[in-house]
Amino acid sequence: MTAFFVRRLLLTIPVLLGVTTLVFSLIHLVPGDPVQAMLGESASPQDVAELRGRLGLDRPLYAQYGAFLKGLGIGNLGASLRTNQSVTSAIAERMPATAELAAAAMAFAILLAIPLGVIAAVKAGTSVDHAATTVALIGISVPGFWLGPLLAIVFAVELGWLPVSGRGTLAHLVLPAITLGAPLAAVLARMTRASVVEELRELYVLAARARGASRVRAVMRHAFRNSLIPIVTVLGLQFGAVLTGAVITETIFSWPGVGRLLIQSISFRDYPLVQGCILLIAVTYVAVNLLTDLVYGFLDPRIRYR
Amino acid sequence: MLKTGVAIVLLAALAALFGPALMPFDPVAQDLPLRLAAPTLVHPFGLDELGRDILARVLAGARISFFVGLTVVSISASVGTLLGAVAGYFGGVLDDIIGRVIDILLAFPGLLLAIALVAVLGPSLTNVLFALTIIGWVGYARLVRGQVLRVRELEYVQAARAVGAGAPHILWRHVVPAAMPAVVVQATLGMGGAIIGEAALSFLGLGVQPPSPSWGTMLNGGRAHLLDAPHLTIFPGLAIAVLVLGLNFLGDGLRDATDPKRSA
Repeated sequence: MTAFFVRRLLLTIPVLLGVTTLVFSLIHLVPGDPVQAMLGESASPQDVAELRGRLGLDRPLYAQYGAFLKGLGIGNLGASLRTNQSVTSAIAERMPATAELAAAAMAFAILLAIPLGVIAAVKAGTSVDHAATTVALIGISVPGFWLGPLLAIVFAVELGWLPVSGRGTLAHLVLPAITLGAPLAAVLARMTRASVVEELRELYVLAARARGASRVRAVMRHAFRNSLIPIVTVLGLQFGAVLTGAVITETIFSWPGVGRLLIQSISFRDYPLVQGCILLIAVTYVAVNLLTDLVYGFLDPRIRYR
Repeated sequence: MLKTGVAIVLLAALAALFGPALMPFDPVAQDLPLRLAAPTLVHPFGLDELGRDILARVLAGARISFFVGLTVVSISASVGTLLGAVAGYFGGVLDDIIGRVIDILLAFPGLLLAIALVAVLGPSLTNVLFALTIIGWVGYARLVRGQVLRVRELEYVQAARAVGAGAPHILWRHVVPAAMPAVVVQATLGMGGAIIGEAALSFLGLGVQPPSPSWGTMLNGGRAHLLDAPHLTIFPGLAIAVLVLGLNFLGDGLRDATDPKRSA
């Protein structure tokens, strides 16, 4: 067990190093002079030189990279070009909002998808199953940047039940959480259905029924319980989609999270802040993937010995 | 499912090919006095914030979506198949290098890397194609690598090796064809992903720029008029959802048809 954990942790190091290198390289991909691009064509040569020095872009590439890694180690990602606030504190201010939205979206998805998937599996091949499967496929096909505005038109504009944007009360959370959670619910429902259908074919379910267990008990205590491992894995893997979806959902509903900060920073060409947001989202994703793998290894001993 | 998918995608392709020519309105022609007009018989999808016919723009936008989907999928699938086949067949250092690059690119969730790339390269259709291809090839490479690892030890491949066939011949004639059904399924689903990706980037203002009628750009324009003109949002979004649903039906249907375990 320990060997599996250590091996998995060690495998994460080169990935993290690759991610940070790629994020560091981003600013060097800006066509032409990145400093000129940030300040605009009308900027004076003094301003350009001053900012180049401030960002350390006047130093050799290896020195810039070394400073970037050193900064990362002590949590210093530079300062925003627009507000001069430190990138770390700007992101830290926005993180609770994104975490709240992601948690609510995942809760919505789990509460909707798992019962739907189990019902579809139990009724496999019937019209109920076909309806649930089609609804799930529609859920995957409808992009959040359309679903969000549609929900806003119906529930905020037409019915006036919920606020259209901003953060504060529970009511503010409803539409963004549904928008972000719907595609996840669709994927999760499909996975739950497939997984439970598979388990229901196993002999132990038949054995449970033969021992007199009711159909509901056979499904819930036996088949569903064993289906949970792949479901948990999919939930972990889909966390990436939630993080990217948050960028779009936060933009639609003016939700003051890291995703909206990223898009605002892009429009202001505030590259240090862009780098910080991208890095945070990618590292969170790597960490969640690692955690999913560790949990998976913990739940299923076969994984540890592969 | 397969038939529904084929029907939807075929209909959308025909609409993209012939629709703009059959429309009496230019997708960029403005009629400012009629701006935000609701749907009528003459303008079934209504007019947008600059008085442009939304149906004409949705049809023109379909061309952009198909162009993006086909371009991204063909380049990603070719590059991914080649690198995945080489990595899986030869193994060793080459496999390690390609594997690490894949791991790093997969460490960025979904569209995030595309957003980052377009953010620094600047918003344009070319940069969107580039960014979506950079994140797109990885899936094919992983898929093909896995398939090649399975196939390369099979008897018919070993027989080809025994009679002196070279690696390129074996890869091209025996190994890659075995991975093709899985690649075709992935490409169908990937086309839907590329179309949503372009629309998402354009919606965020990072993709196709106005006045080009991308569906994502149209949705972005509709955001300011949710209260007074919801039709600006409804129709372009419906177009995306229907086309992507068709591609997902098609991909799922193809997967069921090519996977004996599933069809059983």
